Amino acid sequence: MSAPKKISLHCTVNGEPRELNAYPMARLLDVLREDLRLTGTKEGCGEGECGACAVILNGELVNSCLVPAIQVQGAEILTIEGAANHPIAAQVQEAFLRHGGVQCGICSPGVILAAANLLSHDKAPSEADIRESLAGNLCRCTGYSKIVDSVAYAASDLKGTRS
Amino acid sequence: MRGDPGNFEVLTPTSLPEALRLMSEAALDQDSPLLKPLAGGTDLMVLMEMGALQCERFLSLHAIDELRSFRPEEDSVAIGAAMTFSRIRTEAILREEFPLLCEAAGQVGALAIQNRGTLGGNIANASPAADSAPALLAYDAELEIVSQSGTRRIPYSAFHTGYKEMQLRPDELIRSILLPRKWKGCHQSFRKVGARAAQAISKVSFAGVLRISDGLIQEARIAMGSVAPTPLRCVHTERALQGKKLDFSAIGRAKEALFKEISPVDDIRSNREYRLRVSLNLIEDFLLSARK
Ligand SMILES: Cc1cc2nc3c(=O)[nH]c(=O)nc-3n(C[C@H](O)[C@H](O)[C@H](O)COP(=O)(O)OP(=O)(O)OC[C@H]3O[C@@H](n4cnc5c(N)ncnc54)[C@H](O)[C@@H]3O)c2cc1C
Ligand code: FES
Ligand code: FES
Repeated sequence: MSAPKKISLHCTVNGEPRELNAYPMARLLDVLREDLRLTGTKEGCGEGECGACAVILNGELVNSCLVPAIQVQGAEILTIEGAANHPIAAQVQEAFLRHGGVQCGICSPGVILAAANLLSHDKAPSEADIRESLAGNLCRCTGYSKIVDSVAYAASDLKGTRS
Repeated sequence: MRGDPGNFEVLTPTSLPEALRLMSEAALDQDSPLLKPLAGGTDLMVLMEMGALQCERFLSLHAIDELRSFRPEEDSVAIGAAMTFSRIRTEAILREEFPLLCEAAGQVGALAIQNRGTLGGNIANASPAADSAPALLAYDAELEIVSQSGTRRIPYSAFHTGYKEMQLRPDELIRSILLPRKWKGCHQSFRKVGARAAQAISKVSFAGVLRISDGLIQEARIAMGSVAPTPLRCVHTERALQGKKLDFSAIGRAKEALFKEISPVDDIRSNREYRLRVSLNLIEDFLLSARK
């Protein structure tokens, strides 16, 4: 068998086209952190349980530790570094700052993207909706209340700017 | 030890015929390493991270559109094996006619797992705790399995033959999961019992379907996960209910039958005692709710 080769990978990350070489089974998490130096995406468990590595891939929330590079060929990816330029994610970030949704911050990139993903699909989520859509993101600091509050504030801020 | 992604090769066919040709070539060539299908990767990537993958070559299914299609027909629906749980739980026909499968899909891991994990992967990973399994058994699912030499169909209830053993050759792929459209209007329920609502593998799972008319149970389907080496269709329990009036003596006989036909074990998630007791409570709850 021929030794596995790196493949050339094209994708759009935070609106910018990127090209790089990666092993097909490299984790998207490592591609982002090591190859693209986008270290905002965090590694917690490395096995899909904690959501620290969550990013938005072609409009869907995924855990980047479970996505092989080969499957993001041609894809659009939003990481926390792109949040400030994303209308909804930026509002979520703002709300987290104002309402104490961030403590140590290790879970925040994933939590903020999960929340932005929710608000992109549902403008007026209930508390139960917020809790369900963040169920895959573990936080060891906040006890979740301030996170849930921040997302609720972000939802009402967004409504304000739209009307 | 952590797996090194540099050790693995991945083939990316863009059509099903091409995929089957590659699978068949790999299976025929004695020297070629095993070629393993890779769908959403939510089981395989965890194994890679643990350094526990038994293979070196993958065939990624992500570029094969046909495997992601949903095809409703008159008598049955065909769910492409690479359809994700997120798509399954939002498909209107499935929500209306196969609610147990949609509920199960909505309880797999959490959203980010449902966006990637596929029904075919859940089946071929062959865990006795797989959340889709009880619903598929209760709905009389059939699997359409393809290889370069043709297509065959088998009842899902015959697919798992032992712990992590199944009727799938190395040159075969699961193409679709077929569900007969005959359960609308039946009394039905899915329950998953785990350590927490999200991100927890089941300790016990249950799916039940009853067709009741003229006060009699015309048809019963009872299936459970994590109570035997494979997902289990509880045929003795079904027989205890079939043709009966749903009274307390029928409920008692169903519980007795269930007690005899499940064989839960102790493992990291739970123990035999707990699983037995919860199983009996689940069947009782289900049957009582059907009396209301
Ligand atoms: C954090 C986390 C939580 C989870 N929670 C749950 C849960 O609550 N309930 C649950 O049931 N599971 C759970 N899982 C397990 C997993 O998500 C599911 O089993 C999922 O359905 C696997 O699908 P996949 O497409 O990701 O499979 P993959 O990892 O791509 O493949 C799994 C297996 O299926 C084979 N395969 C895939 N597609 C085919 C095909 N078409 N034909 C033949 N073989 C095929 C592969 O070769 C491999 O052996 C969880 C996993 C994680 C990481
Ligand atoms: S690091 Fe990916 S889910 Fe925990
Ligand atoms: S803020 Fe520390 S883990 Fe969430």
